[in-house]
Amino acid sequence: MQNSELLAREIRKTSVKLVYQANASHIGGALSMADILAVLYADVLKFDSADSEYPERDRFILSKGHSCVSLYAALAHSGYFSISDLDSYGKDSSKFISHTSHYIPGVEISAGSLGHGLPIACGLAFAAKRKKETWRTYVLVGDGEMDEGSNWEALLFGAQFNLDNLCLIIDYNKIQSLGFTNEVLNLEPLKSKLEAFNWNVLNVDGHNHNELLAAFDNAKQTKGKPTVVIANTIKGKGVSFMENKLLWHYKSPNEEQYIQAVEEIER
Amino acid sequence: MRTAFIKQLTEEAKINDKIFLIVGDLGFSVIEEYAELFPDRFLNAGIAEQNMIGVAAGLAKEGFNVYVYSIGNFPTLRCMEQIRYDIAYHNLNVKIVSIGAGYAYGSLGASHHATEDIGMLRTIPNMIVCSPGDPVEAKAITTISSTYNGPMYLRLGKAGEAVVHKEAIVDLQIGNIQNVSIGDSTTSALFVSGSILDYAVKFVETNNIKTSIFSVPFVKPINSIQISDIAKKYDKIIILEEHQKSCGVGSAIIEVLNDLYFNNEISVYPKVKRIAIDDKFYSISGTQNYLRGLADLILQRDYFL
Repeated sequence: MQNSELLAREIRKTSVKLVYQANASHIGGALSMADILAVLYADVLKFDSADSEYPERDRFILSKGHSCVSLYAALAHSGYFSISDLDSYGKDSSKFISHTSHYIPGVEISAGSLGHGLPIACGLAFAAKRKKETWRTYVLVGDGEMDEGSNWEALLFGAQFNLDNLCLIIDYNKIQSLGFTNEVLNLEPLKSKLEAFNWNVLNVDGHNHNELLAAFDNAKQTKGKPTVVIANTIKGKGVSFMENKLLWHYKSPNEEQYIQAVEEIER
Repeated sequence: MRTAFIKQLTEEAKINDKIFLIVGDLGFSVIEEYAELFPDRFLNAGIAEQNMIGVAAGLAKEGFNVYVYSIGNFPTLRCMEQIRYDIAYHNLNVKIVSIGAGYAYGSLGASHHATEDIGMLRTIPNMIVCSPGDPVEAKAITTISSTYNGPMYLRLGKAGEAVVHKEAIVDLQIGNIQNVSIGDSTTSALFVSGSILDYAVKFVETNNIKTSIFSVPFVKPINSIQISDIAKKYDKIIILEEHQKSCGVGSAIIEVLNDLYFNNEISVYPKVKRIAIDDKFYSISGTQNYLRGLADLILQRDYFL
């Protein structure tokens, strides 16, 4: 077992490094979900990094595939491959493309187009029920992604079929591509909306590991309905000049910013 | 064709416990027997096609051979991106089954006319595109699909299509063109895809036309050796389909002919007459036959001269 706080720090450091090296986008959303990934990979998910197809593993789907650097970092720090493998990220001929790829060990599905992960996760959870298998399915989506109609179809489905082996996590950092979520397509009141869809809804601080852990435990104990964890997060969390800034959905740090970011994360 | 499909699927499901049927809240009086026999391998996903395809992808990832059944454009165009990305890109074992090819739901209007689906599906890598000409071919394709591990599209008619093949069972292979009637004349060869095959065969018989008729039950892949042999033998090729001319069955065949000619595998490029929908929607009521006529999906004697 890894310490989730240490893992979160490593995920953030590696994520910033990858984006810096590849001159890539989407660091803001990668940092907002770093704690969620850290808690999942340190304390929650059942997996075997030596056997990514281990049948009894919990299935984790990252639907906001553009934030892939922090998943790649979490997988590397969990032993699926070496950290140095990631140096090719975003470069010519690398299998580490800038959206999650199912050709990477530990990545269940490729994701890049939004609103795909939750329906697939519903299919996985439904399959586990029909096959009477005990592994669980976790799916992490972005808040902007909740604009997609397919997610609301899937919310109906998850409740209809009592998928209590399914846990949805919404990385609610409140910023999407062109603005604040409440100014683009307002999701609020999100909690009561999801409750009205007959899900077990938990509202947590998405950077508080104890709250996240308690939520995942609550989800496991909840029978008869699926759980959604609304993880209230900060886009760019951990790097002061990136926090809550739309710009860091797109921008890549220069050398000076990279050095400062690593310093702040290590502090 | 839907009856031939569901009866054969039910038979296959008795011996293959990987088969799973998802319906998009459609299939009344068709799917009941399957659902009763295999309740653990049946699901009504509701009127939510994008989610339905994602769910199918999830089930296929866990080892099922998943059939997604709906009508017209609903399991295809409505959820095209899910088909492309969730199923085809991941090369998952999902069969998309659409009932009501072409103008089969004629009087229900353009929403229910499935006339662009072949074009959409055949551009997708990893996707096998099937367009059986009669219930015998539909049954054979269902059998093939039950053990084929990968994405397929089954473009089926509705109900009551005539049986064209005289044999009760035809031996189809993925990609192969199927002989229907082979004459002595080498003037023309007629390719037909889909349930309009029955009309074509009757037209040829009634008018005593000397031509050979081939059914095209697979639009993708297409066996280029067969096309090459036919192109070498016949002076003229006529292609009839119930689909837009753009990117349809005729397009698929002339793409093969073009490559054969460029690569010097055929020395003469045959004359090709394509009969397909001419880039139009039709917005008046009518039976399938009426709308076929309106869209000029009709054969003429002089095409064969």
